[in-house]
Amino acid sequence: MSMQPASTEIASRTAAIIHELKGLEGPLLPILHGIQEEFGYVPQDALPVIAEALNISRAEVHGVVTFYHDYRSQPAGRHVLKLCQAEACQSMGSDAIAARLKSLLGIGFHETTRDGSVTLEPVYCLGLCVCSPSAMLDGEVIGRLDDEKLNEIVAEVRS
Amino acid sequence: MIPRIYIPGDSGALALGAEKVAKAVRAELAERGIEAKIVRNGSRGAYFLEPMVEVATANGRVAYGPVKPSDVKSLFDCGLLTGGHHKRWLGAPDKIPFLARQTRLTFARCGVTDPLSLDHYKAHGGLNGLQNAVAMTPADIVKQVTESGLRGRGGAGFPTGIKWKTVLDTSAERKYIVCNADEGDSGTFADRMIMEGDPFVLIEGMAIAGIATGATKGFIYIRSEYPHAVAVMQKAVEIARKAGVLGVNVLGSANSFDMEVRVGAGAYVCGEETALLDSLEGKRGQVRAKPPLPAHKGLFGKPTVINNVISLASVPVIMDKGAAFYKDFGMGRSRGTIPIQIAGNVKYPGLYEAAFGMTLGEIVDDIGGGTATGRPVKAVQVGGPLGAYFPRALFDTPFDYEAFAAKDGLIGHAGIVVFDDSADMLKQARFAMEFCAIESCGKCTPCRIGSTRGVEVLDRLAQNVEPEKQIALVTDLCNTMKFGSLCALGGFTPYPVMSALNHFPDDFRPTPVAEAAE
Ligand SMILES: Cc1cc2nc3c(=O)[nH]c(=O)nc-3n(C[C@H](O)[C@H](O)[C@H](O)COP(=O)(O)O)c2cc1C
Ligand code: SF4
Ligand code: FES
Repeated sequence: MSMQPASTEIASRTAAIIHELKGLEGPLLPILHGIQEEFGYVPQDALPVIAEALNISRAEVHGVVTFYHDYRSQPAGRHVLKLCQAEACQSMGSDAIAARLKSLLGIGFHETTRDGSVTLEPVYCLGLCVCSPSAMLDGEVIGRLDDEKLNEIVAEVRS
Repeated sequence: MIPRIYIPGDSGALALGAEKVAKAVRAELAERGIEAKIVRNGSRGAYFLEPMVEVATANGRVAYGPVKPSDVKSLFDCGLLTGGHHKRWLGAPDKIPFLARQTRLTFARCGVTDPLSLDHYKAHGGLNGLQNAVAMTPADIVKQVTESGLRGRGGAGFPTGIKWKTVLDTSAERKYIVCNADEGDSGTFADRMIMEGDPFVLIEGMAIAGIATGATKGFIYIRSEYPHAVAVMQKAVEIARKAGVLGVNVLGSANSFDMEVRVGAGAYVCGEETALLDSLEGKRGQVRAKPPLPAHKGLFGKPTVINNVISLASVPVIMDKGAAFYKDFGMGRSRGTIPIQIAGNVKYPGLYEAAFGMTLGEIVDDIGGGTATGRPVKAVQVGGPLGAYFPRALFDTPFDYEAFAAKDGLIGHAGIVVFDDSADMLKQARFAMEFCAIESCGKCTPCRIGSTRGVEVLDRLAQNVEPEKQIALVTDLCNTMKFGSLCALGGFTPYPVMSALNHFPDDFRPTPVAEAAE
């Protein structure tokens, strides 16, 4: 697991991000994206800082953070693997791919391996339905998943 | 002249190894001491040939594909740079049947040009539409778009010109153009392709929309699952701004228009227009009750045009070649062309832009070539997760908004997902309910609770617990969802569920496996 920064440090780094983006129209999502990029998740300690800066309630910020699937409340593993589970990928056997990957990694969806190497997440369409089943590893796209590619992915995240 | 080699940077091509091919080409060039320019173009959409590498020769472009990194050395040996023959040789790309048979209006440049070269864009007819628009009155632009017959490509098929007219006629000190690039439907990738392959056409379309309605600010809301599209659009906006296509004097005119790229956060419902507006405002992406229409009170309460990527990207060709030219394609009240996205278990997956009116069977069997697995086609889902499953018996349905509605289906964003005979339609119906439960914004009970009940009922059906009762229950539930939901997430989930049930009843009467096995 990555080390979580102290709350004072979170507050100051959050303030810097807010300062940079506050001038946008509708700045909350860009700020939350910025924070997640900075810390790898959206720390609880960042929420009051945002609420105060944007003059909205803390409950409101919390409501927004929890509404969207992208924002994490905990740091992810060193790698994030998103496996498409939507219809086009289903038609090419994404269910079996998911089962195989889960057993190779020993985790289920929304879980991180014990060694902190990888977090596995389902995703509903990557726009790669022409090469299903598909996945995204740390932002890199992978199509036509098969056992061989799964083994490569597992080797890569474990290395 | 330095030779030009085209290797797509489109994420579909990247997912099939285009980056490794590019690396191999670079290495080979270095080793042979050849100077060449590598252009990272978009994809032409024939994904069964990706990564498709092209070279510009004295006799035009020559394509090779699908190219593997291990092919690169032999490609050079065979005279790649002059279009020499090789087992991957495809000849002139626009003669490849899958591409030659299309009518490319919106996607005319996609895969052809360098996505981030404004000069290339202009050399291929780019900015002609905007150039015409700046010399016209807003009312005349709106009239031309209305007369073209263009209807929203995001799903609902609402006439684009009429939407624009409402915003033009609503006076306000600030108005917005919002581009819906949330493209969450499985089986769709047209928005992604155009943003990665021809971003300026979207920028041009939005600028025209701004001038037509008096809006000075635009937002492109792109889903976070599309990092490549986000990166290309951001660069393209900057280039357009520097070149004066965007800014206080659009193309040197008195019109002001600028835009920003915004990124979603993984919520399918944010593709619904009012949820998208709330999301842009920094709120939970919950659906708003209508009225008020976004055209009256949209983003930050101001009059707002919200259109799909393809709707906006189709405007430049209409403003360039005229309403009559565009309207001439199509059938009935479905005018112009539609980029059909053929996906899933299909032999020739890709994007196929054609006039409305082809039958579903032509698309799946002739263009798509049947399944990838070689097994019979069992069902195709048209229009994303909220679209109906069609059996072969309905393959004579023409691709047209009204014809699909008449068969209890929808075109949606024109994605088609093919399933072979191993598909279990009860499982697909269950997934439709599950997806609705995962993505519901939570505002209405039939959607939020009904979808979860739906999963439970279908699970009991799968276990053969009082099957007749479960079928009656799910039918009833679908009715409640259809009529008691505020938006199409809850309201249309019954389409995949009921079409699966009605067209594939055998899958909903499972035989008890344990007892049957002897
Ligand atoms: C749940 C849901 C998801 C939607 N997702 C999208 C989407 O991803 N992209 C899109 O353009 N329209 C989507 N729509 C349709 C939009 O609400 C709206 O009709 C469209 O953006 C209008 O643009 P158009 O007239 O150009 O089609 C969705 C609708 C619903 C109910
Ligand atoms: S139908 Fe579902 S997604 Fe649509 S408004 Fe109601 S709860 Fe929200
Ligand atoms: S359904 Fe998996 S990429 Fe579209």
